[in-house]
Amino acid sequence: MSVIFSKTSGLTETATHYCPGCTHGIAHRLVAEVLEELGLLGETIGCASVGCSILSYNYLNVDMIECSHGRAPAVATGIKRTVPEKTVFTYQGDGDLASIGTAEIVHAAHRGENITVIFVNNAIYGMTGGQMAPTTLAGQKTTTAPEGRQPEFSGLPLKMSEMLAQVPSASYVERVSLHHPKYIRKAKKAVLRAFTCQMEHRGFSLVELLSTCPTGWGLDPIDSLEWLEANMIPYYPLGVFRAPEEV
Amino acid sequence: MTGRRGIPHIAVDSCKGCALCVSVCPESVLTIDDARVNLKGYYPVSVEAVENCIACLSCALICPDVVFTIERVVDQQGG
Repeated sequence: MSVIFSKTSGLTETATHYCPGCTHGIAHRLVAEVLEELGLLGETIGCASVGCSILSYNYLNVDMIECSHGRAPAVATGIKRTVPEKTVFTYQGDGDLASIGTAEIVHAAHRGENITVIFVNNAIYGMTGGQMAPTTLAGQKTTTAPEGRQPEFSGLPLKMSEMLAQVPSASYVERVSLHHPKYIRKAKKAVLRAFTCQMEHRGFSLVELLSTCPTGWGLDPIDSLEWLEANMIPYYPLGVFRAPEEV
Repeated sequence: MTGRRGIPHIAVDSCKGCALCVSVCPESVLTIDDARVNLKGYYPVSVEAVENCIACLSCALICPDVVFTIERVVDQQGG
């Protein structure tokens, strides 16, 4: 008899504050497992964002710093340039990265900063009460779009991975999903590739993880997984959008 | 029978009762136990049919609160 799965030492014993069924916990675990497997837990500095993941520094067992809203890539830039031997990552939601932090993420990619960005996209502002985000799907109901997002009034959702893959200095950009165990395995491989990219000094790497927000979406956790698969993946296709030539 | 079996152990008081694990388990091993309430105030998941577990790790992979520890049992006869 042997233990084939147990909680990684990359996570602390602190229980998360996330709602039941929120896939943030899965994203945390993937990052923690990858850092543990790469032997980087004592060599990593994480940059927490603003949003539901604001308290991620309580859950990830690495040194972390809390950044102003959207500015995690700028803070990560400063850290990485000061202590380049450390592994530096940001953990940001879509309300942080795709909205107030758009300039920072584009220019971190533009400069080819050797950092890793974990981008959790749940198509809504979760922490503040389910408002419309730049990533909210057309027709999706939110507290600030009770009739659903109207493209003629609010535009169409921003595709961050596609956008950042166009930046010439970006090195690795992939979109994965957390709605099913099979896809979670693939997501872990993507996170591993992103951190490996940084270890090999290949420059800017980003993994976008499609996630659920059962509370913000007004669905139960299981229906949320189905909603993600049926609605988000058709608009946000999964795949590698940019990879270093050698990989 | 393939001989591949597992035993899921659950950190009951970490569970938030979201039931994602129940929904992805291919062998109906798990159930939400509405006869008890854990320290957080949720109905936690519990193991209903351990003999059906095939150690596929689906529950552990999808659990947002990392409540599972999975042991693999090697069946002497199945191989």
